[in-house]
Amino acid sequence: MALLDIRQRSGYLFLAVVLGQIILISAQVNSHTGVPVLEAVAFGVFAEIQRATSAVVSGVRHGWSGYIGLRGVRAENDTLKRDLAAAQIQLQAQRALADRSRGLEQMLQLRDRSNLSTTAAEIIADSATPDFRTMTIDKGTRDGLRSDMAVLAPSGIVGRIVVPSARAAKVQLLIDRNAAAGALIERSRAQGVVVGGGDYRLRMEYVSEVSDVIVGDLVVTSGIDGIFPKGFVIGQVESVEKSGGAYKRIVVKPAVDFRSLEDVLVVLTPTPAREAGQAAPPEQPGRPEPGGSE
Amino acid sequence: MKTAGVILAITLALALQTTLARFVIRGTVAVDLVLVVVIYVALTSGPVTGLLSGTLAGLVQDALSSGVIGIGGLAKTIVGFLAGIIGTQFIVAQPLPRFVVFFGATVLHALVFIGLYVLLDLRQFPSPVPAVTGQAVGNAIVGVIAFQLVELLPGAVERRRAARSRIRR
Repeated sequence: MALLDIRQRSGYLFLAVVLGQIILISAQVNSHTGVPVLEAVAFGVFAEIQRATSAVVSGVRHGWSGYIGLRGVRAENDTLKRDLAAAQIQLQAQRALADRSRGLEQMLQLRDRSNLSTTAAEIIADSATPDFRTMTIDKGTRDGLRSDMAVLAPSGIVGRIVVPSARAAKVQLLIDRNAAAGALIERSRAQGVVVGGGDYRLRMEYVSEVSDVIVGDLVVTSGIDGIFPKGFVIGQVESVEKSGGAYKRIVVKPAVDFRSLEDVLVVLTPTPAREAGQAAPPEQPGRPEPGGSE
Repeated sequence: MKTAGVILAITLALALQTTLARFVIRGTVAVDLVLVVVIYVALTSGPVTGLLSGTLAGLVQDALSSGVIGIGGLAKTIVGFLAGIIGTQFIVAQPLPRFVVFFGATVLHALVFIGLYVLLDLRQFPSPVPAVTGQAVGNAIVGVIAFQLVELLPGAVERRRAARSRIRR
């Protein structure tokens, strides 16, 4: 019966036999690349099948990842946004920490340069009223701070301690109306007294009319007030005018940016004037004296 | 029984072919006895038997030669199948049609055989036409004679027996 079926389908049998012999020939004959034709053809055909399969799979994957798989993206996006916000906040904190470290490093460099005994302090509060230019630092008498100790910053003179408590101290800034410091023009060595103006400018008074002062001159401490050590930068001459009297009218731009102060150094090394002052407390003057008063 | 006869015929043809290889003319065997047997079987038994016998004979012939196994088989398969179809579709009972069928089948076999070898760049056949023509003529003659012998031999034997019996009486 089977033989009868084969006889009725001789065409299929013919094709099968021919195909089988073609495969047999292909297995023995090498192609131009040296690979048997059967292998080359099989590989070529299978490669096309693989390509088609890959295209189908890729399409399905693309469809899945591009549409169906996006169902959770919104929640993921919200999570990522929250993470990004947290990371940004953390970045800002790290940046602030880096700035603070940089400032502390500068403070340390200043301490080494000044060859003075100092202690670093952090500014914890500003003045209570705008009429007084003061600030509060986190060190007090427990840390060895006393009144009239000079307070410095890497860029120059900040002020002096006026009210020390056990764990904090109030610092009178040099720009306060009642603050003053002995000063001199670094270039010409002309002496005078720098006093605060209440704003972010200083005045240099008692400078002789004949003194050699020009705009841009550097103003440094003279050390005669017994509070601020000699040679520290106060600021730079911004304008010089003749007042018509015996003295010039000089405006000094402070070297310290008081609006951005965060850390300061308090000079612990006693000066002779301070030692004398501790023996006999000075009277509170009405007009700012070198060193100033609150 | 028929299958055994076909196998036996192919075996005998192969044996004769290999024996006659000594009697070559300028290196070319003028007659392919195996092909003659395949065509004969196809004409007498139909396309299925023709293609199967062609496949078997061709593969064995390829295996015994140094060529690519399958090329001769494929050629003989095609020839056996088509000859079988011709044998079933047309009346091929006279010597001339048989001669034409044998001749055409041999040419077709040569075309497929030589064509595949040339196509696959496996062997060159310089000026194959005379050799193919000579082989086609030789196959046709042998084939026609074989048909005549097979068809006439039983009658002749019968007549001879009848004649002997009349003489005895």
